[in-house]
Amino acid sequence: MRAVIDREEVLHVARLARLQLDDDEVQAMASELTAVLDHIAKIGELALEDVAPTTHVVEVTGRLRADEPRPCLPREVALAQAPAVQDDGFLVPSPQA
Amino acid sequence: MSDSDVIELTAAEAVAAIDGGRLSAAELFEACRARAAADELNCCTWVADRAPSGPPGQAPLRGVPLAVKDLFCTAGVPSQSGSRILEGYRPPYTATAVARLQAAGAPLLAKTNQDEFAMGSSNENSAYGPVLNPWDRARVPGGSSGGSAAAVAAGLAPWALGTDTGGSIRQPAALCGIVGLKPTYGAVSRYGMIAFASSLDQAGPLTRDVSDAALLLSHMIGQDPRDATSLAFPERIAAPRAERLDGVRLGVPRELTGGAGGDSGAEGGAVLGIEPGVLVAFQAALLRAEELGASVSEVSLPHAPHALSAYYVLAPAECSSNLARFDGVRYGARVADAADLLDMYTRTRHDGFGPEVRRRIMLGTYALSAGYYDAYYGRAQRVRTKIVQDFDAAFAGVDFIVTPTSPTVAFGLGEKTGDPWSMYSNDFCTVPMSLAGIPAISIPCGLSGADAGLGPGGAGLPVGLQIAGPVFSENRLLDAAYALEQALGFDGSRARA
Repeated sequence: MRAVIDREEVLHVARLARLQLDDDEVQAMASELTAVLDHIAKIGELALEDVAPTTHVVEVTGRLRADEPRPCLPREVALAQAPAVQDDGFLVPSPQA
Repeated sequence: MSDSDVIELTAAEAVAAIDGGRLSAAELFEACRARAAADELNCCTWVADRAPSGPPGQAPLRGVPLAVKDLFCTAGVPSQSGSRILEGYRPPYTATAVARLQAAGAPLLAKTNQDEFAMGSSNENSAYGPVLNPWDRARVPGGSSGGSAAAVAAGLAPWALGTDTGGSIRQPAALCGIVGLKPTYGAVSRYGMIAFASSLDQAGPLTRDVSDAALLLSHMIGQDPRDATSLAFPERIAAPRAERLDGVRLGVPRELTGGAGGDSGAEGGAVLGIEPGVLVAFQAALLRAEELGASVSEVSLPHAPHALSAYYVLAPAECSSNLARFDGVRYGARVADAADLLDMYTRTRHDGFGPEVRRRIMLGTYALSAGYYDAYYGRAQRVRTKIVQDFDAAFAGVDFIVTPTSPTVAFGLGEKTGDPWSMYSNDFCTVPMSLAGIPAISIPCGLSGADAGLGPGGAGLPVGLQIAGPVFSENRLLDAAYALEQALGFDGSRARA
C-alpha cells in the first residue's frame, strides 16, 4: 500500500475538509502527507482479517439518561460568543454569492 | 513563611501547612499568582488577577491553587486551546474535571499554554508562542501539556491539569522532571474538554510528586451524566504509602526498549532511537526497583511497533471530525469580507488553524474518505484490538510494564519542527498505552547529558520512567511509583532556581 498524494488529491481532500489552502501550501501538504502515509503503510503488512475492530477500550453499554426536561443555555448566552448575530440568531453569509 | 519557602512546598505539604496554621490559603494563592504573573517561560495564557473571595474553609484541598491546560473550558475565562480560531473565547460553562476540583477547594490560578488543540509533542504548535523548558530555556518542555508541565516544574503553580491523547501528560512531565499521570480512559469526565480525539483524550494530573498526583486524581474521578463514556471508578484513590516493591513484577517490553532490561539493551535501544543517557537512567531505575524487592523480566508486546502508525490514523481521523465544529458561525474567529458561506468556512479555517492542525485534519479527512476507510481507519482499529490483547497477555505475567517515557531528553526549540514523523516518534513509548486505554504514570528517574554539559550547572536534563498497569490499577500504580520515587530521590529544585 504505497499512497502518493498528488496536488489534485490534496485539493479534493481540502474541499471535503472545508479548508482553503494557498498554492504553495498545496505542494507542501502533498509531500508531507505522502511522507506520513509511508510510515502509516506499515499497518498494511499485518494479517488482520479475523480481528474485530476496537472502537472503545473499556466496556460500556449504551446508557440512556432519564428523559426529563432541563433548562438549556439561555439564548443570549448561546449567542454571546458568535462572530455575527441578527434577530436572535447566528448570522452567516449567503450560501450563494 | 517566605515566598521562596512557599514555592518549594508540594500541594500536599501546602495543605498540611495551612492546616497547621503556618500558611494561609490567601498567602499561598498570592505567592503563586505573583510568580505566574511574572512568568518568563510563556507557560500561562491567563493568570487570575486576585484570589477567589471567601476562604476555602474545610474543603479538602484547602485553597491550594490549580493551573489548568487551556483546552479545559472555564466559565468566563479565556479557553483558546492554543488556537487562533478560539482567540478570546470565553465559554459559558466549566469543564467537569475543573468544576470538581474547584468544589474540592482548588481555585483556578492560571490557564496554561499548549500545542494547538493538543496536537504536538513540543508545545511549538501553540498560536501563542512556544513554552520554554525551565531546565534550559533553549529547549522545549514537551507537549502538548507543555505549559502545565513547565509551570509545575518552575514553581509557578503547585499542580496542574493536563490532557493526554498519545502522551501529552507523560512526555512533558518527563521532559520537565515532574510527575504526570494518564488515568484509565473514562476515569475522568471529558465534559468541557475541547476535543482532539475523543476515544483517546483523558484528563490527568501534572504534579511535583506522586502523592500530589494521587491527591489531585482522587478529586477528579467519577461518572458524569454529561459524558456517556465516563465510568464509576471502582474504588477510592488512596494516598500512596508503599515503601517496598516486594513481589511486584515489572515487565520491560522488548519492542519499546530494544530489550533494555537485559545486557544487550543499549544496542537494541539505540536502534529504536532511545538516547544512551536515557537508557542508563532507565536501567538504573530498574536496579533500584530490584533493590526494593521487585522482579524485572522482559515481556513482549508484538504489535507495539505498529501503535504509532495506528495512532496517526485514528487520532487525525477523530480530530478531523471533532474540529468540523470550528466554522466561524457560533464562536471563535471569522474572516471578514467572505464572498459566500463556503468561502467563509474555508478561509476561516485556513486562517484560524496552524500548520500542524491543518495537516492532521487533512490526514484524517483523507483516511476517512470514500475508498480509503477500510485501508486506514478500519485497519487501525484492528491494530488497536491487537495492542489491547498484547497488554492483556503481558499483564497475565507481570504487574506493570515499564519503559522510558520519552526516547530523548528535552530537545532544542526548532530541532524537530521540519519533519512531522520525527516529531511524532517522541510518542513511541506512550501511544500504545493510550490505544489500550490503560493508566500510565511518568516519574522522574534521573538526569542525562551531564557528560555533554547539558542542563543547569551542566548536571544534565531530566529523564522520565513510565509505569503502566491494567485498567483501574491506579492505586497499585501510584503505590509502586511512590516507593520508587522515594528510593530514587530525584531533586527537581534546579528548575525553580
